[in-house]
Amino acid sequence: MELFFNPFDNLVCILLGISFTVWFTLLLVFIIVPAIFGVSFGIRRLYMKTLLKIFEWATLRIERGAKEKNHLLYKPYSNAIIAREPTSLEEEIKEIRRSGSNKDLDAAPEFEMSDIFYFARRGVESIMDDEVTKRFSAEELESWNLLTRSNYNFHYISLRLTVLWGLGLLIRYGFLLPLRVTLAFTGVGLLVFLTSVVGLLPNGSENKPKNGGICVANHTSPIDVIILASDGCYAMVGQIHGGLMGVIQRSMVKACPHVWFERSEVKDRHLVAKRLSDHVEDKSKLPILIFPEGTCINNTSVMMFKKGSFEIGATVYPVAIKYDPRFGDAFWNSSKFGMVNYLLRMMSSWAIVCSVWYLPPMSREEGEDAVQFANRVKAAIARQGGLVDLLWDGGLKRGKVKDTFKEEQQKLYSKMLVGTQEDRSRS
Amino acid sequence: LGGSCANLLLSHSQITRLYSRFTSLDKGENGTLSREDFQRIPELAINPLGDRIINAFFPEGEDQVNFRGFMRTLAHFRPIEDNEKSKNPTASEPLNSRTNKLLFAFRLYDLDRDDKISRDELLQVLRMMVGVNISDEQLGSIADRTIQEADTNGDNSISFNEFIKASFVLTLHTLL
Repeated sequence: MELFFNPFDNLVCILLGISFTVWFTLLLVFIIVPAIFGVSFGIRRLYMKTLLKIFEWATLRIERGAKEKNHLLYKPYSNAIIAREPTSLEEEIKEIRRSGSNKDLDAAPEFEMSDIFYFARRGVESIMDDEVTKRFSAEELESWNLLTRSNYNFHYISLRLTVLWGLGLLIRYGFLLPLRVTLAFTGVGLLVFLTSVVGLLPNGSENKPKNGGICVANHTSPIDVIILASDGCYAMVGQIHGGLMGVIQRSMVKACPHVWFERSEVKDRHLVAKRLSDHVEDKSKLPILIFPEGTCINNTSVMMFKKGSFEIGATVYPVAIKYDPRFGDAFWNSSKFGMVNYLLRMMSSWAIVCSVWYLPPMSREEGEDAVQFANRVKAAIARQGGLVDLLWDGGLKRGKVKDTFKEEQQKLYSKMLVGTQEDRSRS
Repeated sequence: LGGSCANLLLSHSQITRLYSRFTSLDKGENGTLSREDFQRIPELAINPLGDRIINAFFPEGEDQVNFRGFMRTLAHFRPIEDNEKSKNPTASEPLNSRTNKLLFAFRLYDLDRDDKISRDELLQVLRMMVGVNISDEQLGSIADRTIQEADTNGDNSISFNEFIKASFVLTLHTLL
């Protein structure tokens, strides 16, 4: 029997045992304990600085590689194919007519065959690039951050770069990923999911939401919730999910009063609105956290806020959340990836860096309806976070655009045609 | 792809960009775009002539367009550069020349692709552009007047040549 016990096996067991102990001790000492006490070692800052230097070097190498092949590098934001200036329908059509004919504009007829160029050009421009569809997929980066998932220039990678990438892969999957997974399992008992939330920089803490208020923020990923929750307690409102997300939601309800609902249920919506107003009136209850966009947007813009939460009449505490995309993209493309896949990607990125701004509270003013109020709050959040303020509905991620917008365009054009006729009949 | 690209005169990075755009629109990931893929672009869906523009991408009777076709149609809208004219005088006219741009616009009007814009077709396209805001009679008189002014050979419809003369070619290159 004893012949089967190889001394080598023993050695392996001992080594494993030691490494596990060392691992956990390091974990405790460097991460968990400081996190509990709010102490920082400054390791994170150093880590971030090093990473950024490496990324810059990587981008330079790629550019050099591209120049050698005599190609212009594909850059997502420069080299735009179209240059657009914002002008109105009327101005543009007048411009088209003016540049074409020698006729005096006052005597110009109501309709010109050339008017079609306005719509044709607009249409083709939107085919080449539009403001909306790109908000529902991950943001494209200016410089490569050594993650395959954000690379669009893979023709130009030199040997050195590949080695670096391989090294990065090893570090991320061999060190960072197990580290975070162990943390995750340790923390799960307390319902705390730690990815590596590095560099949380809250500003304006004097504006933190108080009881009886509603906290609204722009939505990029489920991590938004974690970040805000780690800085204050909220009651949450949101769509019921299936899978892992659903499990988390149901367990959260056991601890605190949250409001989960099914958006497609009309009956549910009225019920929810009633519950929300009851909740805010009770001053002892926690502030409600709500994401009025209704879906995850890729953190380059803020889309239309649904007016429901702005009708209730409570004080609104806006919060702007902006992720730094250079270290890892936090955006959850829920139509492409499930929760588990998303978590895996999060945990194997370099880091998640985010800035949180608490803005001064706002209330609905006299003569302002819910939609205008919502737009005002949205503009404030967009301005603070450096995001594009869009009027489009986040629901366009999954649904079609309403016909009313097309009808507006048609009305504008008709006014141009008919309006001229009225002027002419007057003179 | 390289051979046909030479005619299109798009730079390498422009092609890369268009390809990236093509794949992001191609939700089915089968290398072609259908009409639904185009209609998913909100700004295009609210364009009154959206359907006509989408139609311009699809050859007669087909429901799918591949990347080559996609690029060909979009190449119409690349700005004309003056130095190109001297480069290769024997080559066939580049896709984005003034004439070809006008042809693109002409085809937006010409619904049945018979190379003539009839009064009926003009009315239909006008109706698309104005929606429900102008009465039939008013629209009819606009169409009549337009045809009257443009039609030189008296066949009560607008041919491509008549269209070119009616729409001024002078400074077209600043528009598209």
